[in-house]
Amino acid sequence: MSRMPLPYNPKILELFRNPKNLGKMEDATVTAVAGNPSCGDMIVFYLKIDSKDVIEKASFESYGCAANIATSSIVTEMIKEMKLEDAWKISWKSVVEAVGGLPSVKFHCGILAVGALKRAIRTYYKNKGVSVDWLPKELTFEEKQALEEEELAKILSKRMKAEEEK
Amino acid sequence: MIEDIRQLLKAHEGLKREVYLDIENSSMVPNEIVDAMLPYFNQSAYGNPTLTHKPGWEAFETIMESSQKIATFLGCKTLEEVNLTPGETEANNLALMAAAFSMKDKGKKIVISEIEPLSVLHVVDLLQKSGFTTVKVPVDGEGFTNLEKLADVADRGTILASVSTVNHEIGTIEPVKEALEIVKDKNSEAIFHTDASDAYGKIPFNVKGLDVDLATISSRKISGPRGIGALYVKEGVTLERILEGQIGTQKLWPGVENTPLIVGFAKASELIFHDFEENVSHMRRLRDRLIDGIVGNVSDVKLNGPEGDKRAPDNVNISFLRCEGEALTIELSLNGVYVSSGSACTRRLLQPSHVLVAIGRKFIEAHGSILMKVTRSHTKEDIDYVLDVIPKAVKRIRGIVGSMEMK
Repeated sequence: MSRMPLPYNPKILELFRNPKNLGKMEDATVTAVAGNPSCGDMIVFYLKIDSKDVIEKASFESYGCAANIATSSIVTEMIKEMKLEDAWKISWKSVVEAVGGLPSVKFHCGILAVGALKRAIRTYYKNKGVSVDWLPKELTFEEKQALEEEELAKILSKRMKAEEEK
Repeated sequence: MIEDIRQLLKAHEGLKREVYLDIENSSMVPNEIVDAMLPYFNQSAYGNPTLTHKPGWEAFETIMESSQKIATFLGCKTLEEVNLTPGETEANNLALMAAAFSMKDKGKKIVISEIEPLSVLHVVDLLQKSGFTTVKVPVDGEGFTNLEKLADVADRGTILASVSTVNHEIGTIEPVKEALEIVKDKNSEAIFHTDASDAYGKIPFNVKGLDVDLATISSRKISGPRGIGALYVKEGVTLERILEGQIGTQKLWPGVENTPLIVGFAKASELIFHDFEENVSHMRRLRDRLIDGIVGNVSDVKLNGPEGDKRAPDNVNISFLRCEGEALTIELSLNGVYVSSGSACTRRLLQPSHVLVAIGRKFIEAHGSILMKVTRSHTKEDIDYVLDVIPKAVKRIRGIVGSMEMK
């Protein structure tokens, strides 16, 4: 085992310095949160979706490292004007590719971003009360990972409370 | 990867000022120390100090003179008590392993504080696998070792105890003397070690008055070169070596002595101890200017560790809420301010700084922590530059967090 500096590439650095589509969207159709601040990693996506299930615009806010900020930002770029069905097909690997690669210890940032996106799409159809055939009932890998991180945060905070009471 | 790093470096071009405050992780060596070291690479004393030729004898003389200086600053009885090692990590490893194995027939219990540096914590974890038992004593909200708990857990079977003199992350000046008396009361034969890396050259620290058995000191923590430190071993305490090889002038550490680094360590010691009071008040003034400037100008911040005289004169550790530490270190770097964070991200571990968690900081507070240390070489202008940059950097990172609700 060894430790090396995080080699953030120029694309990630640019998205960190000048994130695209940053900020709360007041007229969002759907909002989805993923991650937990206790893990140092949390994002929220705001999507404006039109009547044809096309993403008109997307924005984000992020509490996390440079990779978290960059991957969230790039996802909002990737899904702009995309049909929800196509947005659903975006994998965390394609997000990592879109930011020009990530150090492996930061893969979870890409996974969390896609987890949040999928959560937003699910929430949209749930709120609408519509079921679409391409939307699997079972949670995808990225959604499961997001859940796992949130569960972990709960366990950690429980453990902290127990420590305090000791 | 190396190309990405080059691009990151390029992004720093055109900085109008740079201030390095990440003394915890490495340090810049001032010119006067570098100049003192240079002749020893190739002009004289480049020989092996145990051999029978002129460059060897020169090296022997140089090493003894340097060790004597360090021994004097530490308050040693003899220069034999100074055992040079390649740094504080190695000195801590040596202290704990050698002491535990030397005492293994007399007991199995090792007691340490829970906020010790990793070169103590991880070593006792290792010793646990070799049949020793370890008890970690908790600390209070400012990082002070709980002496009542220490008295509860220390017993006749306690063979080794280790409590840092100054905590490396939050600058708490620990009640080492009291801790030592508690341990020795239970077992007068127990070996007491203190990591004094953050005390040597920063607070009055003298082994004569303290009467510890072992103490670690480090060159790089006082702006000396990296790669050299020492373990003080009190006369009469016998330790076994943990590494074997060609034994040189250092009875506990085999291998060829690095004379230029030893000279640099002695020079750094001289510079800090010459005018010690003034150096310390200079650091304290800068520390307070930095703390007051941040606390006064940035909202939602928390100082980690004690205030005033109970805190090391060089240490600043502040949590910025709603601000993730790794992102903040990068933003600060792009503006020429170099610091480190206790966030899980920068540490590449799942959990943030164990020190901050131990003093009761919530994870989210620890993730937003920034550690800075000032030296005798920093100026008021350096601090004012940092105070100009930090609020802007925090504001930008908090802008990315935006309206998010943090639970």
